[in-house]
Amino acid sequence: MILTVASGKGGTGKTTVATSLALAIADSSPVLLDCDVEAPNAHIFLQPQFDQRREIGLPIPEVDEVRCTGCGRCAEVCQYHAIVVMGGKVLVFPELCHGCGSCTLQCPEGAINEVPNLLGVLEAGPAKEGIYFAQGVLNVGEPMAVPIIRELKQWQPFPEGRTIIRDAPPGNSCPVVETIQGADFVLLVTEPTPFGLHDLRLAIQLTRELGIPAGVVVNRDGVGDDGVEVFCRKEGIPILMRIPLDQRIGKAVARGEALVEAFPEYLPQFRELYAQIQSLIDSRQDEILPQAMGTHPSHGAKAGRL
Amino acid sequence: MKLAITGGTAQYETQLERRFGRCAYFIIVDTETRAWESFPNPAVNARGGAGTHAAQFLANQGVEAVVSGDYGPNAFTALDAASIQMYSAQGGQAETLVDDFLAGRLEKVTGNTGPAHHGGGRSQGGRRR
Repeated sequence: MILTVASGKGGTGKTTVATSLALAIADSSPVLLDCDVEAPNAHIFLQPQFDQRREIGLPIPEVDEVRCTGCGRCAEVCQYHAIVVMGGKVLVFPELCHGCGSCTLQCPEGAINEVPNLLGVLEAGPAKEGIYFAQGVLNVGEPMAVPIIRELKQWQPFPEGRTIIRDAPPGNSCPVVETIQGADFVLLVTEPTPFGLHDLRLAIQLTRELGIPAGVVVNRDGVGDDGVEVFCRKEGIPILMRIPLDQRIGKAVARGEALVEAFPEYLPQFRELYAQIQSLIDSRQDEILPQAMGTHPSHGAKAGRL
Repeated sequence: MKLAITGGTAQYETQLERRFGRCAYFIIVDTETRAWESFPNPAVNARGGAGTHAAQFLANQGVEAVVSGDYGPNAFTALDAASIQMYSAQGGQAETLVDDFLAGRLEKVTGNTGPAHHGGGRSQGGRRR
């Protein structure tokens, strides 16, 4: 099972929930992927010993000025405008380049070579209580988080068949979409405030767009208003867990302690949360399978009709 | 010489649009004859690289100087490479700005004046909301 913990609004407790969930099911040797590559912090709570490392780069163009005729074809085909041709001279903007390779392919003189531009690293290793941990770290000043997250998702320095928990970045933009894509379930951690609700709405739209089932964890339950409650009821989104507003939790997390370590009484709740997610995924598969297999045994034929 | 002014509309009476890469129109004026023409900015809705795209467009038009408000680092580098002189103004009509330019009343830009934007598709204005 692949589970993404996301939120919309930042600072609602994604990492608190993701790390405590991993600790609560540690017996099954889960994997935690910290996909918040701009500011990964789950390692503070799970204390991995990194023994694997991979550098991640994008292929960016390097122009051979002798062969280049300054025709401008590369600038024309670059949809990211990462390469311009000014007065016959080619300029490359590495931080705009997505590494698509169009300029290299289209150059009529074969004057463009691709060289790696280092964006960041992936690190992995065993962490507390048999949890396996991996994170991506984007270099400071690099604007593109998605390539690092994509590589982190594909990197599997651990045995197959393990439950994977992905800790997402905040917001609802490309890095979050990448972290959610391919997951079986999205757990949205929110706070019951107008800010929390505003971003929760966007996050729900996103999970619906991607066709991935979602459930909500209300953190700091007791502050704010009943807006999140009313929204979830109206939209049929299950609230799977509530963590009360409790200053002791805030203090423990600030000391770098995982919620379930500081307060083991939460362990059963997190195990129950995991069981609920599993049954929601199972019931969804039961719903989908009979339809897909009904009168059209071939998926290809069905897709062809649509 | 060909002078470009970043405008909000396609008319010569347009007010200056202070964002270089994301302006709606370029008013391109021949400073000798005062003949002018307006072009929609092809980069106005670019997902990223609006500054470099707009700079490439002006270079292709044979523009030698531009009046705008702020220039991001990529726009500055690209315009500078094309030897297009950059001038900054707080506002005003395109017509008046041409006079200001000819009278040497505009501030010449020698470094980027605005922050990097890195694409309209990403979360702008800070990461943590």
